[in-house]
Amino acid sequence: MMKRWQALKRLLPLLAMFSLLLSGCGREDLSVLNPQGPVAEGQLGLITISISIMALVVVVVFVIAAYVLIKFRRKPGQNEVPVQVEGNHKLEIIWTAIPLLLVIVLAVPTIQKVFAYGEDKWNEEGVLQVEVTGHQFWWEFSYPQYDITTAQELLMPVDREVALRLRTADVLHSFWVPSLAGKTDTNPDGSINHMSLSTGNPGTYIGKCAELCGQSHGYMEFRVKAVEAEQFDAWVEAFKAPAVLPEDSQLAEKFRTNCLSCHAVGDQGGFLGPNLTGIGSRETIAGILLNDINGAKGSSPVKDNLVQWLSEPQEVKPGNTMPDPKELGFSDEEIEQIADYLANYKLDY
Amino acid sequence: MDWLTTVDHKKIGILYLIAGGFFFGIGGIEAILIRLQLIKPMNDFVSAQVFNELITMHGTTMIFLGVMPVIFALMNAVIPLQIGARDVAFPFLNSLGFWTFLFGGVLLNLSWVMGGAPDAGWTAYTPLSSSTYSDSHGVDFYTIGLQIAGLGTLIGGINFLVTIITMRAPGMSYMRMPMFTWASFITSAMILFAFPAITVGLVLLSFDRILDANFFDVAAGGSPVLWQHIFWIFGHPEVYILILPAFGIISDVIPTFSRKRLFGYSSMVFATILIAFLGFMVWAHHMFTTGLGPVANALFSIATMLIAVPTGIKIFNWLFTMWGGQISFPTANLFAVGFIPTFVMGGVTGVMLASAPADYQYHDTYFVVAHFHYVIVGGLVFGLLSGLHYWWPKMFGRMLSEPIGKWTFWTFAIGFHLTFFVQHFLGLLGMQRRIVSYLPNQNFDTLNLISTIGALLMGVGILLFLYNIIITSKKPKNAKADPWEDGRTLEWSIPSPPPEYNFKQTPLVRGIDALWKEKMSGNKGMTPAEPVGSIHMPSPSILPFIMSLGLFIAGLGFMFSREGFNNSFMSFIFNNYLVLIVGLLITFGAMITRSLIDDPGYHIEPEDQEEEEKA
Ligand code: HEM
Ligand SMILES: [Cu+2]
Repeated sequence: MMKRWQALKRLLPLLAMFSLLLSGCGREDLSVLNPQGPVAEGQLGLITISISIMALVVVVVFVIAAYVLIKFRRKPGQNEVPVQVEGNHKLEIIWTAIPLLLVIVLAVPTIQKVFAYGEDKWNEEGVLQVEVTGHQFWWEFSYPQYDITTAQELLMPVDREVALRLRTADVLHSFWVPSLAGKTDTNPDGSINHMSLSTGNPGTYIGKCAELCGQSHGYMEFRVKAVEAEQFDAWVEAFKAPAVLPEDSQLAEKFRTNCLSCHAVGDQGGFLGPNLTGIGSRETIAGILLNDINGAKGSSPVKDNLVQWLSEPQEVKPGNTMPDPKELGFSDEEIEQIADYLANYKLDY
Repeated sequence: MDWLTTVDHKKIGILYLIAGGFFFGIGGIEAILIRLQLIKPMNDFVSAQVFNELITMHGTTMIFLGVMPVIFALMNAVIPLQIGARDVAFPFLNSLGFWTFLFGGVLLNLSWVMGGAPDAGWTAYTPLSSSTYSDSHGVDFYTIGLQIAGLGTLIGGINFLVTIITMRAPGMSYMRMPMFTWASFITSAMILFAFPAITVGLVLLSFDRILDANFFDVAAGGSPVLWQHIFWIFGHPEVYILILPAFGIISDVIPTFSRKRLFGYSSMVFATILIAFLGFMVWAHHMFTTGLGPVANALFSIATMLIAVPTGIKIFNWLFTMWGGQISFPTANLFAVGFIPTFVMGGVTGVMLASAPADYQYHDTYFVVAHFHYVIVGGLVFGLLSGLHYWWPKMFGRMLSEPIGKWTFWTFAIGFHLTFFVQHFLGLLGMQRRIVSYLPNQNFDTLNLISTIGALLMGVGILLFLYNIIITSKKPKNAKADPWEDGRTLEWSIPSPPPEYNFKQTPLVRGIDALWKEKMSGNKGMTPAEPVGSIHMPSPSILPFIMSLGLFIAGLGFMFSREGFNNSFMSFIFNNYLVLIVGLLITFGAMITRSLIDDPGYHIEPEDQEEEEKA
């Protein structure tokens, strides 16, 4: 008994180190191990419990294995036949019972959380409702309470529960913001999935598509931006302002006929592509070209990113469905102008 | 020619080994290419389309064409010997199973040169795998190639079931069968139940794609989630179909090299059966994020966790088999001993994944990639390499080189852990799987680099193994009947390689570890259960080859039946289903020939048996 305690004592620091290692690991806007909201925190809690139990199992097996392998290696000249042990019921019952116990320890919080996260909060009072639609290879977010539809960037107020309904316009995708909540698939029409998340920390969180959805699956990133409530209200206000079009009327016309057949700005345009309202204040272009708004490493000015996207959309995101502006008859110069216009289309919030 | 017509289980085993090794090589090259692409952020070594084809073909090839046949190779080479049989129950079918598998696999891989490989992932989730979103013929190659190959697997499974049920030597009761035979028996039963499911799925999917059926088309009332259920009702048991034979191998290798009988034999048997049963009950744990609802998620969570119990029993039984033994470490045992901790690590992450709310974070990330490679590579491939080193002398009559074997083990094992251990962290840090590239500065860079280096090292390990095989094949065939000296089971009681008829006289089995028992009672070999006599053998036949060839042609014909060729002859023969019909006629023709021609086989008389023994 004493001995066993001693072994446990030796394991405890190891476990402590492990959990330390786990929390505080990775970028806080991206890592599962560095949660920024209650859902991800709860999930990390489960992960920590299970890792601890499992690390214990692994260590016990390793210790026994190492002991056996060292102690019982065949020595030169050892020729007598070892006792042929048939088995040992007591031992066998012990190692049936222990895993069973460990499984129960893990099963209880698992079931609690399954039901907690399975709740549909859509109709609860005070929640922010957001309808999420996955497209090859971009994300659409619409806010029925505010009659707003935006893309690539989900803006939310801090300290307010956000209830999501998820669907897809084409193939399966999976909505995942590691530091806020685990993922949920978007199934083709008919079955709408729901989930919820919230955070108390203002900031931008990286989201990813987690279900293979075609060539640019890996580039189907998005951002979740948590801001103060007043800022959110200001954003809603600004978003609903009438559309701003390029000043040059010829360019405006070209933009209207070629781009607004799919995209929308303000109250104008179509719904086949991402909404471009206020794109100049977003943190990325196309989800993966980082704008240097936050001075992120590897980022470029918004306008450069827009030029890059408009000059070669297929290079940035292979297989995406946007037609190449050059083939629509835009010259390099016009692309430059459009990029300039969009880069300056900012929302004040 | 001999090889095209053979119905001898030992030769078919070798055929399976060669074919499996070949596809394993292809899958391995695909893996290396994937890893090279991911060696640094925003790499453009391969295009996004090619990358998706690589991951799809890597997964599909490894699972269906790489490791399955190597398992079948060992089953063919070993089971009849372990149960004291002269052959399998249906030698003709055995050969048919091999050839359908091979032609199916070849068909699937032809996609690389015939206009695009499948690109929807090895799970081929609809609608991504529908003709709307994957409009090359890639997925057709997948559905049809796998149907043909799957037929071979199903045939093989049934054959082993019947063999083990009906052909055991006198005294070889179920509870005296060696564990590898037990594991194969249960695996075969699982094949019997699991493969029809995937076959149905593949038929439905190919009908959707080629004949415009609507099984999975939402707009027409179909359901993509249905595909996920069908796929995983097959797919999850499939993982156990793969791992159980490895368990069997380990349970045979460890006692031999510990000079002790297996600890807790009956609990091992029971645990194997329980794992197989639970394996069928947990398919939806691949679908926790699909939105099945909390009740389903909770039930499948618990059911999945329960698998830890029988698995734990096995692990401890192995450890206690070694306890008090005299362990020696030839390569075969290195892999077996290396299997235990590696597999445990894969197993515990499995339990972690079973907790649904935590899986919302792990699912479809590199954590999962790490987990299943720990199970499949760290478990199964270690097991297979152990089994191959162990039974190589029995199969080929030659001992593999031990020094090279040790190098193989160390490079492979170290490379393996380098590759996959860090991937757990990649997943937790936020790297999703199946991505062609990733942006820099997300803490992914170094870990991916390490992972790629590890993969290359594993490649070196496999090359060393190949080198070992090549130099060994040049050595004389001088392996002893019982080359490890501590052989316990029946296969070590006959010469290496065994004569065509395996046992000149069927042995009488008097207990678990039949040969060891005789050795301990001071006997030189097995006591025969019958007098020397004339042995009946089945005749070789080319028909299985022809039948499979017919299916191959029919598959191609079906696949391209709607293709717009710019050659009118091609359009004529394909669009009028002529190719399909010719292929089916070939197959049916061969079947009719088989039923009409009465082939009594032949006998090997005692004098000829003497000759063979001397030769
Ligand atoms: C040389 C050793 C191997 C390496 C370096 C390797 C590497 C990889 C990589 C990098 C992926 C892609 C992960 C992703 O983004 O989805 C992958 C996927 C996969 N691998 Fe391996 N692998 C190896 C061996 C094996 C073996 C032996 C098997 C099975 C017998 C296997 C089965 C799979 C499966 C099923 C997938 C999933 C494919 C998919 O996502 O559709 N791998 N492997
Ligand atoms: Cu995706």
